[in-house]
Amino acid sequence: MSDYTEKFDATGLNCPLPILRSKKVLTTMNSGDVLYVIATDSGSVKDFDAFCKQTGNELLESSEAEGKYHYYIKKA
Amino acid sequence: MSDEKKLALIATKGTLDWAYPPFILASTAAALDYEVQIFFTFYGLQLLKKDLDLKVSPLGNPGMPMPMGMDKWFPTIGTAIPGMEAMMSGMMKSKMKSKGVASVAELRELCQEADVKLIACQMTVDLFDMQPSEFIDGIDYAGAATFFEFAGESDINLFI
Repeated sequence: MSDYTEKFDATGLNCPLPILRSKKVLTTMNSGDVLYVIATDSGSVKDFDAFCKQTGNELLESSEAEGKYHYYIKKA
Repeated sequence: MSDEKKLALIATKGTLDWAYPPFILASTAAALDYEVQIFFTFYGLQLLKKDLDLKVSPLGNPGMPMPMGMDKWFPTIGTAIPGMEAMMSGMMKSKMKSKGVASVAELRELCQEADVKLIACQMTVDLFDMQPSEFIDGIDYAGAATFFEFAGESDINLFI
Protein backbone atom coordinates (compact mmCIF):
# COMPACT_ATOMS: atom_id res chain seq x y z
CA MET A 1 0.00 0.00 0.00
CA SER A 2 1.25 3.48 -0.69
CA ASP A 3 -1.69 5.64 -1.71
CA TYR A 4 -3.18 7.67 1.09
CA THR A 5 -4.84 11.03 1.59
CA GLU A 6 -3.41 11.89 4.99
CA LYS A 7 -0.71 10.50 7.23
CA PHE A 8 -0.67 10.47 11.01
CA ASP A 9 2.39 9.47 13.01
CA ALA A 10 1.36 8.02 16.39
CA THR A 11 4.88 6.83 17.20
CA GLY A 12 5.51 6.78 20.96
CA LEU A 13 1.88 7.27 21.88
CA ASN A 14 0.16 4.77 24.12
CA CYS A 15 -3.45 3.61 24.46
CA PRO A 16 -5.89 5.23 23.85
CA LEU A 17 -4.10 8.14 22.15
CA PRO A 18 -3.37 6.49 18.76
CA ILE A 19 -7.10 5.81 18.32
CA LEU A 20 -8.27 9.15 19.69
CA ARG A 21 -5.89 11.23 17.58
CA SER A 22 -6.55 9.15 14.46
CA LYS A 23 -10.27 9.67 14.97
CA LYS A 24 -9.68 13.42 15.15
CA VAL A 25 -7.84 13.35 11.84
CA LEU A 26 -10.53 11.18 10.27
CA THR A 27 -13.24 13.70 11.16
CA THR A 28 -11.45 16.31 9.04
CA MET A 29 -11.35 13.97 6.02
CA ASN A 30 -13.91 13.09 3.37
CA SER A 31 -15.68 9.82 2.74
CA GLY A 32 -13.46 7.52 0.69
CA ASP A 33 -10.24 9.23 1.82
CA VAL A 34 -7.49 6.99 3.20
CA LEU A 35 -5.67 7.71 6.45
CA TYR A 36 -2.25 6.16 6.93
CA VAL A 37 -1.32 5.67 10.61
CA ILE A 38 2.08 4.64 12.00
CA ALA A 39 2.13 3.43 15.61
CA THR A 40 4.49 1.75 18.07
CA ASP A 41 1.86 0.63 20.60
CA SER A 42 1.54 -3.15 20.15
CA GLY A 43 -1.99 -3.03 21.59
CA SER A 44 -3.02 -0.84 18.68
CA VAL A 45 -3.22 -3.86 16.32
CA LYS A 46 -6.38 -5.17 17.93
CA ASP A 47 -7.60 -1.67 18.76
CA PHE A 48 -7.55 -0.39 15.17
CA ASP A 49 -9.30 -3.55 14.05
CA ALA A 50 -11.99 -3.04 16.71
CA PHE A 51 -12.21 0.69 16.00
CA CYS A 52 -12.86 0.12 12.30
CA LYS A 53 -15.40 -2.65 12.92
CA GLN A 54 -17.39 -0.41 15.24
CA THR A 55 -17.21 2.82 13.28
CA GLY A 56 -17.78 1.39 9.82
CA ASN A 57 -14.48 2.70 8.48
CA GLU A 58 -12.59 0.14 6.43
CA LEU A 59 -9.23 -1.18 7.57
CA LEU A 60 -7.56 -1.70 4.19
CA GLU A 61 -4.30 -2.90 5.63
CA SER A 62 -2.72 -3.66 8.99
CA SER A 63 0.91 -4.67 9.02
CA GLU A 64 4.04 -4.68 11.15
CA ALA A 65 7.59 -3.92 10.09
CA GLU A 66 10.67 -3.30 12.22
CA GLY A 67 8.73 -2.67 15.42
CA LYS A 68 6.27 -0.27 13.83
CA TYR A 69 2.66 -0.85 12.99
CA HIS A 70 1.09 0.47 9.81
CA TYR A 71 -2.60 0.99 9.23
CA TYR A 72 -4.50 2.18 6.19
CA ILE A 73 -8.03 3.27 7.04
CA LYS A 74 -10.60 4.20 4.42
CA LYS A 75 -13.15 6.62 5.79
CA ALA A 76 -16.76 5.47 5.50
CA MET B 1 -29.04 9.59 15.53
CA SER B 2 -31.38 7.26 17.36
CA ASP B 3 -29.15 4.23 16.85
CA GLU B 4 -26.26 5.93 18.58
CA LYS B 5 -24.93 3.85 21.46
CA LYS B 6 -24.76 5.38 24.90
CA LEU B 7 -22.28 4.98 27.76
CA ALA B 8 -22.97 6.22 31.28
CA LEU B 9 -20.16 6.33 33.85
CA ILE B 10 -20.07 7.20 37.53
CA ALA B 11 -16.63 8.40 38.70
CA THR B 12 -16.22 8.20 42.46
CA LYS B 13 -12.48 8.20 43.02
CA GLY B 14 -10.03 11.10 43.13
CA THR B 15 -6.57 9.56 42.89
CA LEU B 16 -4.17 9.66 39.95
CA ASP B 17 -4.54 5.95 39.14
CA TRP B 18 -8.32 5.98 39.34
CA ALA B 19 -8.58 9.12 37.23
CA TYR B 20 -7.63 7.14 34.15
CA PRO B 21 -10.42 4.55 33.72
CA PRO B 22 -13.31 7.03 33.39
CA PHE B 23 -11.47 9.39 31.03
CA ILE B 24 -9.94 6.61 28.90
CA LEU B 25 -13.25 4.79 28.53
CA ALA B 26 -15.22 7.97 27.90
CA SER B 27 -12.85 9.38 25.29
CA THR B 28 -12.51 6.04 23.50
CA ALA B 29 -16.26 5.46 23.49
CA ALA B 30 -16.73 8.94 22.04
CA ALA B 31 -14.22 8.05 19.31
CA LEU B 32 -16.39 5.01 18.61
CA ASP B 33 -19.35 7.36 18.16
CA TYR B 34 -20.97 6.68 21.52
CA GLU B 35 -22.85 9.43 23.29
CA VAL B 36 -21.18 9.61 26.72
CA GLN B 37 -21.94 11.10 30.11
CA ILE B 38 -19.83 10.92 33.26
CA PHE B 39 -21.36 11.67 36.64
CA PHE B 40 -18.68 12.75 39.14
CA THR B 41 -19.54 12.22 42.77
CA PHE B 42 -17.68 12.37 46.09
CA TYR B 43 -13.89 12.11 45.51
CA GLY B 44 -14.49 11.84 41.79
CA LEU B 45 -15.09 15.60 41.82
CA GLN B 46 -11.32 16.08 42.12
CA LEU B 47 -11.14 15.04 38.47
CA LEU B 48 -13.07 18.16 37.46
CA LYS B 49 -10.82 20.66 39.24
CA LYS B 50 -9.08 23.29 37.12
CA ASP B 51 -5.94 22.63 39.11
CA LEU B 52 -5.49 18.88 38.83
CA ASP B 53 -3.28 17.87 41.72
CA LEU B 54 -3.89 14.13 41.68
CA LYS B 55 -1.79 11.73 43.69
CA VAL B 56 -1.34 8.03 44.06
CA SER B 57 -0.57 6.45 47.41
CA PRO B 58 1.34 3.24 48.13
CA LEU B 59 -0.26 3.28 51.60
CA GLY B 60 -2.66 0.39 51.97
CA ASN B 61 -2.09 -0.63 48.36
CA PRO B 62 -0.15 -3.92 48.25
CA GLY B 63 -0.78 -4.22 44.52
CA MET B 64 1.16 -1.09 43.62
CA PRO B 65 4.47 -1.84 41.90
CA MET B 66 7.27 0.19 43.49
CA PRO B 67 10.73 1.11 42.24
CA MET B 68 13.69 -1.16 43.08
CA GLY B 69 11.25 -3.95 43.95
CA MET B 70 10.39 -2.05 47.13
CA ASP B 71 6.98 -3.65 47.17
CA LYS B 72 8.77 -6.93 47.99
CA TRP B 73 10.96 -5.86 50.92
CA PHE B 74 9.93 -2.37 52.07
CA PRO B 75 7.87 -2.60 55.29
CA THR B 76 4.23 -1.67 54.76
CA ILE B 77 4.33 0.82 57.62
CA GLY B 78 7.13 2.63 55.77
CA THR B 79 4.64 3.70 53.10
CA ALA B 80 3.15 6.01 55.73
CA ILE B 81 6.38 8.07 55.96
CA PRO B 82 5.78 11.74 55.08
CA GLY B 83 6.79 12.41 51.51
CA MET B 84 6.18 8.88 50.26
CA GLU B 85 2.93 9.85 48.56
CA ALA B 86 4.50 12.83 46.80
CA MET B 87 7.49 10.74 45.77
CA MET B 88 5.41 7.89 44.39
CA SER B 89 3.07 10.30 42.60
CA GLY B 90 6.03 12.03 40.97
CA MET B 91 7.55 8.74 39.89
CA MET B 92 4.26 7.49 38.49
CA LYS B 93 3.77 10.70 36.50
CA SER B 94 7.26 10.62 35.00
CA LYS B 95 6.89 6.94 34.15
CA MET B 96 3.59 7.63 32.38
CA LYS B 97 5.18 10.43 30.41
CA SER B 98 8.12 8.27 29.34
CA LYS B 99 5.74 5.54 28.16
CA GLY B 100 3.65 7.90 26.06
CA VAL B 101 0.61 7.65 28.33
CA ALA B 102 -1.61 10.72 28.11
CA SER B 103 -1.93 13.02 31.09
CA VAL B 104 -5.27 13.14 32.87
CA ALA B 105 -5.72 16.75 31.77
CA GLU B 106 -5.13 15.78 28.14
CA LEU B 107 -7.66 12.93 28.26
CA ARG B 108 -10.16 15.23 29.94
CA GLU B 109 -9.70 17.81 27.18
CA LEU B 110 -10.20 15.11 24.54
CA CYS B 111 -13.42 14.13 26.30
CA GLN B 112 -14.66 17.72 26.25
CA GLU B 113 -13.73 18.15 22.60
CA ALA B 114 -15.71 14.99 21.82
CA ASP B 115 -18.77 16.38 23.60
CA VAL B 116 -18.64 13.97 26.52
CA LYS B 117 -21.03 15.44 29.05
CA LEU B 118 -19.39 15.95 32.44
CA ILE B 119 -21.76 16.27 35.37
CA ALA B 120 -20.72 17.27 38.88
CA CYS B 121 -22.84 15.94 41.73
CA GLN B 122 -24.40 19.06 43.22
CA MET B 123 -24.90 17.41 46.61
CA THR B 124 -21.20 16.59 46.95
CA VAL B 125 -20.21 20.08 45.81
CA ASP B 126 -22.35 21.48 48.62
CA LEU B 127 -21.19 18.86 51.12
CA PHE B 128 -17.52 19.69 50.68
CA ASP B 129 -18.15 23.45 50.34
CA MET B 130 -16.59 23.45 46.88
CA GLN B 131 -16.98 26.47 44.57
CA PRO B 132 -17.90 26.28 40.88
CA SER B 133 -14.88 28.53 40.27
CA GLU B 134 -12.63 25.61 41.29
CA PHE B 135 -13.97 23.51 38.44
CA ILE B 136 -13.33 23.57 34.71
CA ASP B 137 -15.82 25.32 32.44
CA GLY B 138 -18.41 23.48 30.41
CA ILE B 139 -19.64 21.09 33.08
CA ASP B 140 -23.14 20.60 34.44
CA TYR B 141 -24.28 20.40 38.04
CA ALA B 142 -27.06 17.95 38.79
CA GLY B 143 -28.27 15.06 40.89
CA ALA B 144 -29.01 11.36 40.75
CA ALA B 145 -32.30 11.75 38.88
CA THR B 146 -30.47 13.51 36.05
CA PHE B 147 -27.99 10.64 35.86
CA PHE B 148 -30.79 8.11 35.53
CA GLU B 149 -32.44 10.05 32.74
CA PHE B 150 -29.41 9.20 30.60
CA ALA B 151 -28.31 5.95 32.31
CA GLY B 152 -31.77 4.46 31.92
CA GLU B 153 -31.45 4.50 28.16
CA SER B 154 -27.73 3.69 28.02
CA ASP B 155 -26.23 0.52 26.54
CA ILE B 156 -23.43 0.43 29.12
CA ASN B 157 -23.37 1.71 32.71
CA LEU B 158 -20.21 1.55 34.79
CA PHE B 159 -19.49 2.56 38.37
CA ILE B 160 -15.83 3.46 38.77
